[in-house]
Amino acid sequence: MAPPRSAFGASPPGGRHRRTGKAGSVVAAWVGVASLALGLAGGVDAGERTPTPSIEKAAAGTQCVAAPDVMRRQHPQLLKHQRDATVHRGVRQGRDSLQGCVGCHASATSGSVAQAKTDFCVSCHAYAAVQIDCFECHASRPAQALAARP
Amino acid sequence: MSSGSTEALAGRRKFLGLAAAGAGGVLLAPGIHLIEVAQAATPEVTSKVRWGLLIDTTKCSSGCSDCISACNAENGLDPVPSPTSAQWIRKVEIKEIKTGRQASVPVMCQHCAEPPCVDVCPTGASFKRADGIVLVDRHACIGCRYCVMACPYKARSFVHEPLTNQKPDVPRGKGCVEGCTLCVQRIDRGGTPACVEACDKAGHHAMLFGNLNDPDSAISKRVRELATRQLRADLKLDPGVRYLGL
Repeated sequence: MAPPRSAFGASPPGGRHRRTGKAGSVVAAWVGVASLALGLAGGVDAGERTPTPSIEKAAAGTQCVAAPDVMRRQHPQLLKHQRDATVHRGVRQGRDSLQGCVGCHASATSGSVAQAKTDFCVSCHAYAAVQIDCFECHASRPAQALAARP
Repeated sequence: MSSGSTEALAGRRKFLGLAAAGAGGVLLAPGIHLIEVAQAATPEVTSKVRWGLLIDTTKCSSGCSDCISACNAENGLDPVPSPTSAQWIRKVEIKEIKTGRQASVPVMCQHCAEPPCVDVCPTGASFKRADGIVLVDRHACIGCRYCVMACPYKARSFVHEPLTNQKPDVPRGKGCVEGCTLCVQRIDRGGTPACVEACDKAGHHAMLFGNLNDPDSAISKRVRELATRQLRADLKLDPGVRYLGL
């Protein structure tokens, strides 16, 4: 990487120029080493400065109940509405049921939405630093997977 | 409801389920299935139904605990209960001193029409559904245990320890009060409670489940013909669970 150029285009005269050049090369070397170290350590981030949640794809051949931008913003409201309908009015297996979410989004590797750090719900909630309490009580695995387990 | 309403309802639900399963394979576009239709939602409960149980203590054998095991298995309770485990149904052995007559009585939430647990709940978590089933909304329960104190049937339990591997249909967790739900997850899909099913399977037929509001249901006919009793009828809570041969 080349030493950073002055913002004014032309370099200022005299000893100041030399000092700036030396400091610039030191900074460049440090950035180079640091980025190399980051690249080796965090394969997931692939050299990006901001870590992003790893969002695992839903089960193949399934379609979400709403568009991704709606789901990202409004999934708590949708779930809360469905929850009251289910608990108080007995409307089960509704469009926005938590079991529906778990059914499609359970991880292929861990079989859950909230067990491993890379699982669908947990990875985003860890990134946003929002505590998720659903799976203290609710099963984080689909019903079929639970039945199949020994 | 009209004649044979429970059976009719169950049949209709079965049909809806089948219809939905058929529609589940509809392909909207390559790789995109219409899965919302596959999950046909269960209908909203109405006050036209009042679910009730009739327990015949003359048919209930004292050594049998099939109803308890079935309840534990269905709802994911401890298979081998500890003294602090939640208990949704228990067997009470009674004996009349003068005659020496003994009987074994399964006791669970009596699903009162005037439930004291609902009266005392400070958050509205303890509530009665339109079809008469008394439940705890765990999202609102703060674990104060007023309802445990208020219930004259000792039907409510508190969950003291963190839980894992809950059933998908029966979410349970530490810090909440809970009790018999009449297996609401089965009833909503047209089924019967697990204890009733287990009792029939064991050949005792000591428990009868049905709609008390339907004059033609089996349970309504039985309670009309026989002298059944509610536990602590003097409290005027009008329980949905009735006993024969106490």
